[in-house]
Amino acid sequence: MALKVLVGCKRVIDYAVKIRIKPDKLGVVTEGVKHSMNPFDEIAVEEAMRMKERKLVNEIIVVSCGPAQAMETIRTALAMGADRGIHVEIPVDKMDTFQPLHVSKVLAKLAEKEKVDIVMLGKLAIDDDSNQTAQMTASLLDWPQGVFASKIDKTDAGLEIIREVDGGLETIRTTLPAVLSADLRLNEPRYATLPNIMKAKKKKVEKMTPADLGVDMAPRIQIVSVEDPPVREAGQTVADVDDLVAKLKEKGFSSA
Amino acid sequence: MRGLPQLLSRAKRVRVGFSASEPVLAIQAGILQPDKFTQTFVQLRGLQSSNVISQAPLAAVADTDSGKQLRQELETIVGPGNVSSGESVVLQHGQDEGPHQGKSPDIVVFPSSTEEVSEICKICTKHNIPIIPYGTGTGLEGGISAVDGGVCVNVSKNMNKILQIHQEDFSAVVQPGISREMLNQEVRADGLWFPVDPGADASVCGMCATGASGTNAVRYGTMKENCLNLEVVLADGRIIHTAGIGSRPKKSSAGYNLTSLFLGSEGTLGIITSATVCLHAIPESVAAAVVGFPTVQNAVDTVVMTLQCSVPMARMELLDEVQMKACNEYSGLSYPETPHLFLEFHGSESEVESQTETVRDIAADNEGGEFQWAVQQEDRTKLWTARHRAYYADIALRPGCRSLTTDVCVPVSALPDLVTATKADIAEHGLVGPMVGHVGDGNFHTMLLFDPADPEEFRKCKEVANKMARSAIALGGTCTGEHGVGQGKMVLLEEQFGKDGIDVMRQIKGALDPQQLMNPGKVFSRN
Repeated sequence: MALKVLVGCKRVIDYAVKIRIKPDKLGVVTEGVKHSMNPFDEIAVEEAMRMKERKLVNEIIVVSCGPAQAMETIRTALAMGADRGIHVEIPVDKMDTFQPLHVSKVLAKLAEKEKVDIVMLGKLAIDDDSNQTAQMTASLLDWPQGVFASKIDKTDAGLEIIREVDGGLETIRTTLPAVLSADLRLNEPRYATLPNIMKAKKKKVEKMTPADLGVDMAPRIQIVSVEDPPVREAGQTVADVDDLVAKLKEKGFSSA
Repeated sequence: MRGLPQLLSRAKRVRVGFSASEPVLAIQAGILQPDKFTQTFVQLRGLQSSNVISQAPLAAVADTDSGKQLRQELETIVGPGNVSSGESVVLQHGQDEGPHQGKSPDIVVFPSSTEEVSEICKICTKHNIPIIPYGTGTGLEGGISAVDGGVCVNVSKNMNKILQIHQEDFSAVVQPGISREMLNQEVRADGLWFPVDPGADASVCGMCATGASGTNAVRYGTMKENCLNLEVVLADGRIIHTAGIGSRPKKSSAGYNLTSLFLGSEGTLGIITSATVCLHAIPESVAAAVVGFPTVQNAVDTVVMTLQCSVPMARMELLDEVQMKACNEYSGLSYPETPHLFLEFHGSESEVESQTETVRDIAADNEGGEFQWAVQQEDRTKLWTARHRAYYADIALRPGCRSLTTDVCVPVSALPDLVTATKADIAEHGLVGPMVGHVGDGNFHTMLLFDPADPEEFRKCKEVANKMARSAIALGGTCTGEHGVGQGKMVLLEEQFGKDGIDVMRQIKGALDPQQLMNPGKVFSRN
């Protein structure tokens, strides 16, 4: 019985870019800045592909929510081997208030609409570090969740998942359908090759809006301010050990 | 069986003295770079006896009146924040990743454009000050050592843009501050990669200056095959484009091949301020394999036969039994302590399968042992761990030791004999010299370990290294396959080319750099 997987992919500022805060201090500069697929989502797509190669999965649908450029992210996932895409269009001016809860509602609706067996996400997005979407999606669907997965295996009854937790590794078993989120050590994603990039251009991508899925976009979180971390101060040279000890005492680092 | 003595009798006999920077260290692991400021360097300094005649060093440029004027003129060009003669700055800019004790320049400048580089060269020419280009400082031959002091031009700090990526034409134009890993990161989303991989995360323009190569050269070529055009600033400040202004066709018959001239010139003819390089398609399928052999001869024979069968190998690396022992100990592996080949296959799924089959059979015909192979990214990485960490495994064999690394390259047919003769010579001298080789190119490195506090051991390493280079030359090969000449192999270069060959190089240098300011003391001597 081959499974159907819905993989969520987010277009984020590339991890190597130096982030700059917008003058209004309510966000970061995104115009003209290099974006790419969230690295944890790449791992999610790769895992779906490996399950397809093991014949556990027969269809991979990739979904991305965002403005027109989200199509690039979808195409990348299609080039990695996903079968078709869904682009949930969010106008650029609404992106600031489009939050994990909205994404979860969209994914939950799509999971039901497409009758998928697994919703596969990255454990978090590197721009907001929220680490909420997988969990909320599972809750909305009332499906079991296997988050921070570092290994996923199929069993007769469902799935066996090894999770990375603070104390080490935790093994859980869930039934299907389920929501999973990929952690760093789940796999090393493949690179898109030229022939696959060409093939990806022909794969079908459906477009829709959150309203089409009955999801309201009203924000639940308000960003109050975004600030740079404090600027690093110049170091001080000390003349000798006595000077060092005196300075340490002055700064309150010594109890003597 | 031919030994080194017989091979040597065909080579010319030339006196070899210690030049200021003979020892060479190959960093093939490419993960961490050794700490430059270890005590070892201080000890190493004591070993070097300089009998190379060089120009009298310049008076401390920074402190004289003309020095102050120079500094002011440089600040006018690049801005005061981009000129430094601070102690740690100059120290860093004179010392590369090799064990040569580098000499610091007097001043370091950080230009932000080709025009600024041009102005800097004009000023230095006016004041008759040496100019030393600096990329990432990851070279191994002391190429950035300011033997006569002067101005070090760090072109990577501020000139760090990818100027163009032409996905459909498979090429990119980069500034000196772009390293090969940065370039790869940028183009991989387009299904492309830049395959020249010398280990270190070097500046692409720096790789052009040294004619760099790496583990993928057997299939994808070295820098020489992957460079279409260079923007170069000459000593007098003229800016030229070696293949034509803005040119990037795959081939051209237009004019002298200046690109080839500047590629590998190690900063002695000009400063490279941008490079147009070739990109390749990321292979559809990659497989890695490891196989052991009873002797090095078996392994090398396998390599020769594989190449004779025209299998388009992507990587073919030989690790001898000494190296395998080191790797086992260092990485906690349990390979049999015999010579091993580390292989990589690129192509479509069916091509990779058939290539793997062919090589598996050839290996078996040559007494090959278990043929381990992997396709999945993580498994391939694990399989190649031994090779990736080879250098550090070597250093760990004798904690506190340093390595004099050789870099000879011969026609592949000559490889079996040279490798066997080299190993015999190493044993005869009582040295420990693990061997790692890009055998697909006929290029191999031996890491001759020595105790920095033991000059006699170091001398033996030098002897073996020089013998090996001379044997290689005698067999139709070269004294340096990929690391460059720098300072350490200048005498060997003369032997390889003969006096007339070197004189032609001197004439070219004289035409382009009449004041002998561009990176003095490298590649060949003034006369």
